[in-house]
Amino acid sequence: MKYVDEFRDPKKAKFLINDINLLVEQIDICKQRPLQIMEVCGGHTHTIFRYGIEQMLPDTIEMIHGPGCPVCVLPMGRVDDCIALAEHPNVIFTTFGDAMRVPGSKKSLLQAKAEGADIRMIYSPLDALDIAKENPDKQVIFFAIGFETTMPSTALTVLAAEKAGIKNFSLFCNHITIVPTIKAILDSPELLLDGFVGPGHVSMVIGNKPYEFISKHYKKPLVVAGFEPLDILQSIWMLLKQITEGRCEVENQYQRIVPEEGNKEALDAINKVFELREFFEWRGLGSIDHSGIRVTEAYAQYDAEKIFSVPNLKIADPKACQCGEVLKGVIKPWECKVFGTACTPEIPLGALMVSSEGACAAYFNYGRIDLTKLIAEREAKAEVST
Amino acid sequence: MSASADKIKRQSNIRCRSGKVRGDIITLAHGSGGKAMRDLIDDVFLGSFANDYLTPLEDQARLVMHDFNHKSDRLAFTTDSYVVDPLFFPGGNIGTLAVNGTVNDLAVGGAKPLYLSCSCIIEEGFSVESLRTIASAMQAAAEKAGVSIVTGDTKVVPRGAADKLFINTAGIGIIPEKINIAADNAKAGDVIISNGYIGDHGAAIVDARGDFALENTIESDCQALNGLIERMIDVCPEIHCLRDATRGGIATVLNEFAQASDLCMVLDETSIPIREDVRGMCEILGLDPLYLANEGKLIAIVPGKHAESLLTAMRQHPAGQDSAIIGEVKASPNGVVVLSTFFGGERIVDMLLGEQLPRIC
Repeated sequence: MKYVDEFRDPKKAKFLINDINLLVEQIDICKQRPLQIMEVCGGHTHTIFRYGIEQMLPDTIEMIHGPGCPVCVLPMGRVDDCIALAEHPNVIFTTFGDAMRVPGSKKSLLQAKAEGADIRMIYSPLDALDIAKENPDKQVIFFAIGFETTMPSTALTVLAAEKAGIKNFSLFCNHITIVPTIKAILDSPELLLDGFVGPGHVSMVIGNKPYEFISKHYKKPLVVAGFEPLDILQSIWMLLKQITEGRCEVENQYQRIVPEEGNKEALDAINKVFELREFFEWRGLGSIDHSGIRVTEAYAQYDAEKIFSVPNLKIADPKACQCGEVLKGVIKPWECKVFGTACTPEIPLGALMVSSEGACAAYFNYGRIDLTKLIAEREAKAEVST
Repeated sequence: MSASADKIKRQSNIRCRSGKVRGDIITLAHGSGGKAMRDLIDDVFLGSFANDYLTPLEDQARLVMHDFNHKSDRLAFTTDSYVVDPLFFPGGNIGTLAVNGTVNDLAVGGAKPLYLSCSCIIEEGFSVESLRTIASAMQAAAEKAGVSIVTGDTKVVPRGAADKLFINTAGIGIIPEKINIAADNAKAGDVIISNGYIGDHGAAIVDARGDFALENTIESDCQALNGLIERMIDVCPEIHCLRDATRGGIATVLNEFAQASDLCMVLDETSIPIREDVRGMCEILGLDPLYLANEGKLIAIVPGKHAESLLTAMRQHPAGQDSAIIGEVKASPNGVVVLSTFFGGERIVDMLLGEQLPRIC
């Protein structure tokens, strides 16, 4: 398939892997411990597992799967709020499909739908606007979720609703922004990271400048990367190249999509409709300052949180859950106490087991992990410690 | 016969049955057990399916024991309900699906399918013309597969109590002696064969729903596989495992084999036949073709030594022209399906969680 297969060429992959192997030999850290590279985006995590990239890389490179899966990091309390809105008798609740299975404290949207709530899966927020036009006697709420990647389309939908004079459409805004979160991870005392594979589609909107503090202040290299398997390999290669040459920069591997300055129209739409919240709760990471987005006062008539009352309860993550440590790269997904036992993609306990872009779900679904061996080891360890 | 007696007889004939549905839509009367229902059965169902077993319209089909005895030692019996949405899609409709699906469920057990039942649950207001089209498509599919529809039932439910039309078909077939095909039969060293392009049915249904306004011409692969399977058994009587890869796609079938046989199914991504259109749709919508439904595709696990001769025979059959070896069976890691990606890595292909697409068959 044109414009797809070129980015999945196994011959080029071999070539890059050879070069990567040569480069790690020149890196001193690799002689003591594996080099830790975090891919921030859930989309990258998905590609890494889908194409089996981890097994192609040398053992001296360890991929840490970052917080960039917006579905995964949504706290339980917000899911409960979604369900409360969806169960409102006069509401049609619209959502992207991957949010359907995220567990709230009592149920998921999928369960609420089965119980009779009018919840509809859509592929674009504009579909929600069409539903609003077709159902003038109902309130249509769009479950707005995602980083800067999806923010412009939500913002433009609000502007389109305003232009068309549609009054029965609103957002339940759960957009989040990635930069404060990367900063929170970098400030974590347990951190060992040596570099970042940076978000591709977020950068398409915000450009490369917002990451400069990572290279300047925290002295970590970052390469903005595309989502095809060769993109990922090339980005890792570029990171290694920076490390061996003693450079520490923000580089752009995804030049075919990401302009240095980002997308002005998209940013304008975002700035018109949205503003930062003082803080926002992340599943597994806790509250992070200025990481959440809400609808501005000027567009309050499109803000479901203003139109309807939501319970807005804070629900603590399950105690056994070690998502936070996995997100920071302190432990590997399978080292979590409940991985594969109390927490599976079917009945996820923690955030990272929820979506196929979550690190734990990816390991569980795609990874070659001998679960029985793992559980036996874990039990043996527990016996020794008691 | 006197003129008046003749008249009375004619009148009573008319009273009994007109043999023709009046009106364009199905009403609750058509499921009431009375005259309207009789008209519907005469017109639509007998009109299409008529055969010696069905036409007497007894409460049961009376099948002749002799028909079951041809060097066979077991009966195969299966049932399946069809709720596909939309009812009509490129490459078939709910009727062709209901016949071919049940025929295939029998055939993958090594059985020769003989008789089917057909039960329809119809929503009030459904178009009689559509029902007629579906019934005649069922008959055409049954003739092509060499089976007869010998018994049936019709229910009409109020508007909203069902979505347009649901069909259940059950089927009976005979299994020849010494044929033993089972999911736990795979052996390390066996090869995995598919009879052609995967994912066409699932992709065609997504297309037919028109939710994404994609410009495609993907047709469902809906077809009966009994002819092909008969030929396969001729060439290789010791086929180890055989299933049609319907809901959940080939990934699901292979996981079932891997778990039942406690072996590893290793797929080679480069050799799995997938149409460009289907691949393209999957790329756009984030679907995995390994999980897309098929309605005319089988997965066979066969001893390696027979693979080439079997493949040659399959390719000579119209239902198997694009047959390919898509992988092999290994001893470990047991109980899982592993995909060797064309990119050079490996990954596990797990059972599908939840629903990739609802109501595809």
